[in-house]
Amino acid sequence: MSKPKFKNPVVKWIDYRLPIFTFMDHELNHYPTPKNLNYFWNFGSLAGIALVTMIITGIVLSMNYTAHVDYAFDSVERIMRDVNHGWLIRYIHMNGASFFFIVVFVHIFRGLYYGSYKAPRELLWILGVLILLLMMATAFMGYVLPWGQMSFWGATVITNLFSAIPVVGESIVTWLWGGFSVDNSTLNRFFSLHFVLPFVIVGVVILHLIALHRFGSNNPIGIDVKGTQDTLPFSPYYTIKDLFGLGVFLTFFAAAVFFFPNFMGHPDNYIEANPMVTPAHIVPEWYFLPFYAILRAIPDKLGGVLFMFGSIAVLFILPWLDRSPVRSSQFRPIFKIFFWVLVFDCILLGYLGAMPAEGIYVILSRIATAYYFFHFLILFPLLPYIEKTKPLPISISVPVLSGASTASAFAVREKK
Amino acid sequence: MSIKSSSKIEKNETKRDFLIVSTYALAGVGAASFAWPLIDQMNPAADTLALASTEIDLSSLEEGQSITVKWRGKPVFVRHRTPDEIKQAKEVLIDGMRDPQTDSDRVTNEKYIVLVGVCTHLGCVPLGQKTGDIKGQYGGWFCPCHGSHYDHSGRIRKGPAPTNLEVPSYKFLSDTLIRIG
Repeated sequence: MSKPKFKNPVVKWIDYRLPIFTFMDHELNHYPTPKNLNYFWNFGSLAGIALVTMIITGIVLSMNYTAHVDYAFDSVERIMRDVNHGWLIRYIHMNGASFFFIVVFVHIFRGLYYGSYKAPRELLWILGVLILLLMMATAFMGYVLPWGQMSFWGATVITNLFSAIPVVGESIVTWLWGGFSVDNSTLNRFFSLHFVLPFVIVGVVILHLIALHRFGSNNPIGIDVKGTQDTLPFSPYYTIKDLFGLGVFLTFFAAAVFFFPNFMGHPDNYIEANPMVTPAHIVPEWYFLPFYAILRAIPDKLGGVLFMFGSIAVLFILPWLDRSPVRSSQFRPIFKIFFWVLVFDCILLGYLGAMPAEGIYVILSRIATAYYFFHFLILFPLLPYIEKTKPLPISISVPVLSGASTASAFAVREKK
Repeated sequence: MSIKSSSKIEKNETKRDFLIVSTYALAGVGAASFAWPLIDQMNPAADTLALASTEIDLSSLEEGQSITVKWRGKPVFVRHRTPDEIKQAKEVLIDGMRDPQTDSDRVTNEKYIVLVGVCTHLGCVPLGQKTGDIKGQYGGWFCPCHGSHYDHSGRIRKGPAPTNLEVPSYKFLSDTLIRIG
């Protein structure tokens, strides 16, 4: 790639000594990107923007928040009523968490559908799963801070998960709490960690981006870029596409913030924490519901915890579980069907996680949990031996020029 | 290239320029309107503003005594001046003072002087409220941080402070009850 020519003398002077502008030009401007990316590729940049929004609003909220059991709830109410624009900032932060998860979940399923986790992008995928884990920890601790009933009992239930560990479980829980129940020490350390973990996420995101830019984005066809005819410079083509997607995303986000700010929350969290009374029905935030359903599906304390963490652990080894050399589901007819079964299964688990753990819901949770692990541990490794994949196109340019639907037909004709 | 086609290109460039400028402008307005709530939240909140006035009962304040009350997080000095102090404050020539002001401009009832007890230099609290305090060369208040001397009317007479001690807005609700703020 040619060295960029900067006209501004100050930029030139700085760039000669610190090639930051050359770096940005390479990675954000000329960065060659497959030319057939669809709108599912917007969700990575949306996740980045969501992260930045959360950090900015979070820093501002922390200026007005008091991490003490006697003041936390009141300080949040003060933010809502007295602090200038406090209601707006808190609703952005609160709904921002949900939207961050929506965007990241779509981003993950995009990766699953188009095989973005396969060689040489295994580390890219693993870093992404690590980001998901960090996000879950951060979101959980953030939900504790308003010190409502759901905050308190959510913290109690989730920290008690660790008591399932044999022998040392109880000591670990006491260590996590800094006492014998969720109390002021717990709230203080959760505030500290909730503040610092997002910056850890930023660090992992940077690694995620370095890994991404090593081989560039995967694409809907899942075949490697063969040359410059297969790519477009990132700017303006994908900057403007990302911006358009951002506009659509912000429309939905603003609608939630301004018109349904508490839709994804739980009314019990507007009751101050009371260690003497547990609410009748405890549910975690919606983005934890599938994992919560798995936890409850297993009729054993330690087993439930292991399967719940296992549901994320399988994602870490996914690049080696999937034996198929073909990346994109477009050329894997059977896998494609099972992909949608998995999507349905995860939504079903989410629904079941919100339902009381009794009757038909328990049975359905067990079936859905079983399917989840079947999909990752059995289907992924074995399907490639059975499935007959469709022929892959020769290059990205071929189906782009002739229309994606005729891509495989074209490839077959080319072979003749 | 013909003249016709080159003018066509120019026309397209104008259209593109317009799109780029309006996109940047819209993004700028969006960013600014998102930034404003984040900046404005650092201004005093509604509950802080609601606590912005304080009432003080002066009935137990004897001649020659001072009290300090907290108003908006800052000390307010109220001194019941002796006739001698009032005389000195009124008779001194204001010409040549750094911040010339007559005593009558600084009091409502000349018996009571009400001042924000924050040195106008760099914000320390001057001495002079307690009987044993150093009151400076002019008998009023003395700031120990950088040596500003204030007289019985709280006027700066010597030292680095640029202006007189601030007189808060206050009102006598009765002869011995005032509301500050």
